[in-house]
Amino acid sequence: MAGVKLERVNKRFGSTRVIDDVSMAIGDGEFVVFVGPSGCGKSTLLRLIAGLESITNGDLLIDEQRVNNLTPQERGIGMVFQSYALYPHMSVYQNIAFGLKLAKTDKQTVDERVRQTARILQLDGLLERLPKALSGGQRQRVAIGRAMAREPKILLFDEPLSNLDAALRVQTRNEIAGLHKRLGSTMIYVTHDQVEAMTLADRIVVLNAGHVEQIGTPQELYERPASRFVAGFIGSPRMNFIHVEARTGNDRGCRINVPGVGERDLPQQLPADAVGERLELGVRPEHLHLTPAAQGEGVEVVNVEYLGSEAYLYLQMADGELLVCRTEAPSRFERGERVTLDFDADKVHLFDGEGRALPVADAARRSDRHSEQAPT
Amino acid sequence: MATRQQAATSDVAADMTDRAFLQQQADSPRRERGTRVRRRRVRAAWLFLAPMLVVLAAVAGWPLVRTFWFSMTDASLSSLEGGQFIGLENYLVYDNGWYGIMADPMWWQSVWNTLYFTLVSVSLEAVLGVIVALVLNAHFRGRTLVRAAMLIPWAIPTVVSAKIWAWMLNDQFGIINHMLLGLGLIDAPLSWTADASLSMWAVIIVDVWKATPFVALLVLAALQMLPSDCYEAAKVDGIHPVRVFFRVTLPLIMPALLVAIIFRALDALRVFDVIYVLTSNAASTMTMSIYARQQLVEFQDVGYGSAASTLLFMIIALITVVYLYIGRRQLGGGS
Repeated sequence: MAGVKLERVNKRFGSTRVIDDVSMAIGDGEFVVFVGPSGCGKSTLLRLIAGLESITNGDLLIDEQRVNNLTPQERGIGMVFQSYALYPHMSVYQNIAFGLKLAKTDKQTVDERVRQTARILQLDGLLERLPKALSGGQRQRVAIGRAMAREPKILLFDEPLSNLDAALRVQTRNEIAGLHKRLGSTMIYVTHDQVEAMTLADRIVVLNAGHVEQIGTPQELYERPASRFVAGFIGSPRMNFIHVEARTGNDRGCRINVPGVGERDLPQQLPADAVGERLELGVRPEHLHLTPAAQGEGVEVVNVEYLGSEAYLYLQMADGELLVCRTEAPSRFERGERVTLDFDADKVHLFDGEGRALPVADAARRSDRHSEQAPT
Repeated sequence: MATRQQAATSDVAADMTDRAFLQQQADSPRRERGTRVRRRRVRAAWLFLAPMLVVLAAVAGWPLVRTFWFSMTDASLSSLEGGQFIGLENYLVYDNGWYGIMADPMWWQSVWNTLYFTLVSVSLEAVLGVIVALVLNAHFRGRTLVRAAMLIPWAIPTVVSAKIWAWMLNDQFGIINHMLLGLGLIDAPLSWTADASLSMWAVIIVDVWKATPFVALLVLAALQMLPSDCYEAAKVDGIHPVRVFFRVTLPLIMPALLVAIIFRALDALRVFDVIYVLTSNAASTMTMSIYARQQLVEFQDVGYGSAASTLLFMIIALITVVYLYIGRRQLGGGS
């Protein structure tokens, strides 16, 4: 078991900067998920930790020891690849045992370890099969088994579920969560799927264009996103963004004008010199409140998606923006109806011109906004 | 009509194999439709196969049958049709001592030469071909250029390259002797193609030089199909590259390598041009093909030469069947 520490890690491919000054500390036994859109550098960051790519500059520490120049094996790392990366000509047993035999472990220990791993992952009956005779989920379990059989200090997962179908993805997700609880080893997991990130992670690292946008628990990221990017990335359906104008502002709160809603007081601090600037208001779909409006007033419901347990209403704003509202199902409104918008003032987010979240005028909430330390 | 009957027969066979499946499908109309569709498919298959079968029969079947017929006559080159049927006398006959090809020590010498040449040259080509392919599969500057250059020996007609090598190996004026003398490795020029102890190796060297690119090309294609993530997994597990080669790479390129080897082995078993250009009819390098040609053309004995050709054909067929059998058993063993 081991903690991982990144100190101002950079990676350049030629002149392209792929990882830009990333620092973070991952605690022993923690489950951390790197999430971000494709091309944000999350896989590269994982490969840097694994030792499959070399770090351009900065330090990588495992167990307080600098490991920049160590091989993956010396780092004590096990890795599960997106495409499983099983040896196609070897049976499940051989696949798991292949990495073990090297360590000069005797035959009996190897055999025990393989069988124990197979038991944990419910691969008992499949040991003599070739990978091509397995289903996607089984292959994934073999890949996990191969990575964990060596009992590495740190397990890395590179988008392990993206080749599975939806039902299997949920099931395997649960299995990985159970595995983490059982093994207690440090796990770093890369995904582009924010649902996977939210459900698995102790803490999530949101990456964007090679730098860290925010690090925090799923709840922190959802309730107090540090930037418009994080706010838009975490949560499904996506957060609504409405262009607003600041009327007044000080360190206790501000007043904004929301098109179609009117003036509202918010708890966000706004420097007085920012009054009059264009800001963006972020409202989660579940925090929008709708009331019926008279003909010619409010906004139009352009679509209703019925999902059984809930319904999504799509609203066409005057400037053409589409807002989504999560309501109970069946919805009280139908397509073509007009509604008046409102929202909970203490649950919305305000972002400045550079996309940074404005701090809330509440000492308690402000202090833990940028929590980047591991919970110890 | 015959085609139709054949189609019907194979239809029945297909029916038998599918019976288990069809029994599960109780409803009969479906089955009837299935049979009709299959019959039409079988007919279409024969239709598409027919041109190839006709061509094969004309260019391979007929000469084969003719050669086989000649091998049982005493036909000569001057009177092809005047040959009398003499049974298997060309192969083996007792007439106060054994006569015929099977009793000719020169034939057995050429069989041995052919097998020796095949074994050594194909083995070397396989090993060197894999090494060359591994090098060409690595990333380095000018890789495309080297890949193209590698193919040159394979692209040159054998007679031309053999003649080039004949000059390079020439005992008096050859550059090989010149270089070896210059380096002080030998004190006197070697007569590569004339010396009975050297000529087989000279021939093998030239054949390896020429055919290694072919093996390398097939293996390179296989290497490029390999899943790259397996190598990353091996790297993470800290497995030594040599072990990775023997346990991962080699088993995965084996099918391609076996195909390359069988192509090369079939070529080598009927080798003629490179040896004929380099050493002509010399006994130390005489192969089965050269033996057959000598009998047929130089001694004008079409019957005897045809018998040699027939034996050559049978030996190659036997080796191929054995090789395929073993190859399939080994490949099939994994699954």
